[in-house]
Amino acid sequence: MSKVSGGRASRKGRAEKRGTRAASLASRSDFPLLAGSPALHYLDSAATAQKPRAVLDAMRAYYEHDYANPHRGAYTLSVRSTERYHEARERVATFFGVGDTRRLIFTRGTTEGLNLIATAWGTEHVFPGDEIVVTALEHHANFVPWQQLALRQGAKLRICGLTSDGRLDLDALASLLTARTRIVAFNHVSNALGTINPVAEIAAFVRRRAAPDAIVVCDGAQAAPHLRLTLDDLADVDFYAFSGHKMLGPMGIGALVGPVALLERMSPYQMGGDMIEIVGDEETTWNVLPHKFEAGTPNVAGAIGLAAACTYLESLGMDAVRAHERELLQLALQQLATIEGVQLFGPRDLAARSGVVSFTLAGVHPHDIATILDGDGVCVRAGHHCAQPLMRRLDVPATARASFYVYNDERDVEALVAGVEKTKTLFAVAADPSLRSG
Amino acid sequence: MSNLDALYQEIILEHNRRPRNYRVMEGADRVVKGHNPLCGDALTLWLKLEGDRVIDASFQGSGCAISRASASMMTEAVKGKTRPEAEALFTRVHDLVTGKLDVDADPAAKKTLGSLRALGGVARFPIRVKCASMAWHALRSALGSDESSTNGASEISEEP
Ligand SMILES: Cc1ncc(COP(=O)(O)O)c(C=O)c1O
Repeated sequence: MSKVSGGRASRKGRAEKRGTRAASLASRSDFPLLAGSPALHYLDSAATAQKPRAVLDAMRAYYEHDYANPHRGAYTLSVRSTERYHEARERVATFFGVGDTRRLIFTRGTTEGLNLIATAWGTEHVFPGDEIVVTALEHHANFVPWQQLALRQGAKLRICGLTSDGRLDLDALASLLTARTRIVAFNHVSNALGTINPVAEIAAFVRRRAAPDAIVVCDGAQAAPHLRLTLDDLADVDFYAFSGHKMLGPMGIGALVGPVALLERMSPYQMGGDMIEIVGDEETTWNVLPHKFEAGTPNVAGAIGLAAACTYLESLGMDAVRAHERELLQLALQQLATIEGVQLFGPRDLAARSGVVSFTLAGVHPHDIATILDGDGVCVRAGHHCAQPLMRRLDVPATARASFYVYNDERDVEALVAGVEKTKTLFAVAADPSLRSG
Repeated sequence: MSNLDALYQEIILEHNRRPRNYRVMEGADRVVKGHNPLCGDALTLWLKLEGDRVIDASFQGSGCAISRASASMMTEAVKGKTRPEAEALFTRVHDLVTGKLDVDADPAAKKTLGSLRALGGVARFPIRVKCASMAWHALRSALGSDESSTNGASEISEEP
């Protein structure tokens, strides 16, 4: 286990805390890219997170000491590689409060996890006249697969609307659930607004209202990096998908957690090596879980990197991660709100909001904000955030989005605010109040 | 001039603030919609033609300062131009924003472009080139195909 768990977070960040200023939770020196660019204000962790050295080292150690194709070779090195993969799965499962590793399937990321369900479960269980419920808050990854599944199967896609401050409208959701509802898919945390949805409550609610064998699918891409999760306790959520790269792990790895009984009954998603048991000329039987859903040579280094990311986050403490982000969020919201012309989107209640600030500046398109901020080393995203259905409902073509993580500190917030002020000055918005954004 | 100053020159900001020819055109001979799926920018371009000559141009849409200013300047520049003249201007602007044209080394180009030279700042921002060129691609498409008329608005898309 040593190679996987190596490298804990140094607590230097906290120790550096000056007076009331919010220092970073993790030390920047743990992150080679950030350490190498002291002037960079990386505020796009909702898109992807920077990597701690511990993650990079764990992956490198695997390639340098334990690398071979797992599950296949009848020699010691291959056995070791298989063991590393197995350990990584256990490590990730423990971090997410998953007791049975058979229910944790490694995927390429959230997108693949969601497509897996839409294809493997959806094709066999959704029929003409059935209904699939999604929400207006979804990332395209948790919207388009369901929309297309509905089109293929002749089912109806129902879209749950939002309250004015960007939360799911639970009354609307209630009215959408019928005996024909086969799938209810929603995110745990919105990438565009930061909204934290009451997952357990929604899932329990769906259980009572929808068809008895309807499935509840949760997109956890933005929750996994920021919240303490015990997936075994989310009894009414059937499938939970997340990506490694947003939680300090590498790109190309993520997981789908599902119920063993359902996974056993489902047909495989992709066919090939590793997922088979016996291949006859006419018929094939499937390997046991989770391998049945992991066709082909797996991303072992990715799984090891993700496991190391879990260890790193655990050493910071997920409650501390959440508290830290909330502190920066509060600061950013307070300061941005004082700038005339700034419109902030998303829940006002910080308890229902992750470290994401989506905003517009009157008379200035978000792309121009992002370009000007970039000139000062402040990285924010501008655009529709892969959530066009949401942007239509907010009635904006795009927003600028800053998102916080463990390595951010108060200086990043200050740089953001200063950049927005600078943008405003450059565009002399005050000179022409008749201008609207867009 | 810093890169940012070169991008957001006063004339660009001014056109963004008060875009010219920003209106729906009744009785247009050509209507084309431009769209950049990457950022969601969208624009509609209307042209009125007399024979081979553009006699009026207007646009509406949502987009960043660069795309808006570029569209505004384009509608001004193209009025009175024949189809081949507009095509030649398209090529010049395209070369300018993609960094293939050094106006200071090319007096003829400098003269043709006039104030459109301000769009050259984009060349230092590869991710913004599409913003500057969208309106021009719409122009080209509007002039290029006889099928795109008022009763059948054609769509062009910039690849992300
Ligand atoms: C809420 C949400 N869902 C799904 C995804 C897709 O994740 P990935 O691209 O890692 O598959 C993202 C990532 O942007 C996201 O933020």
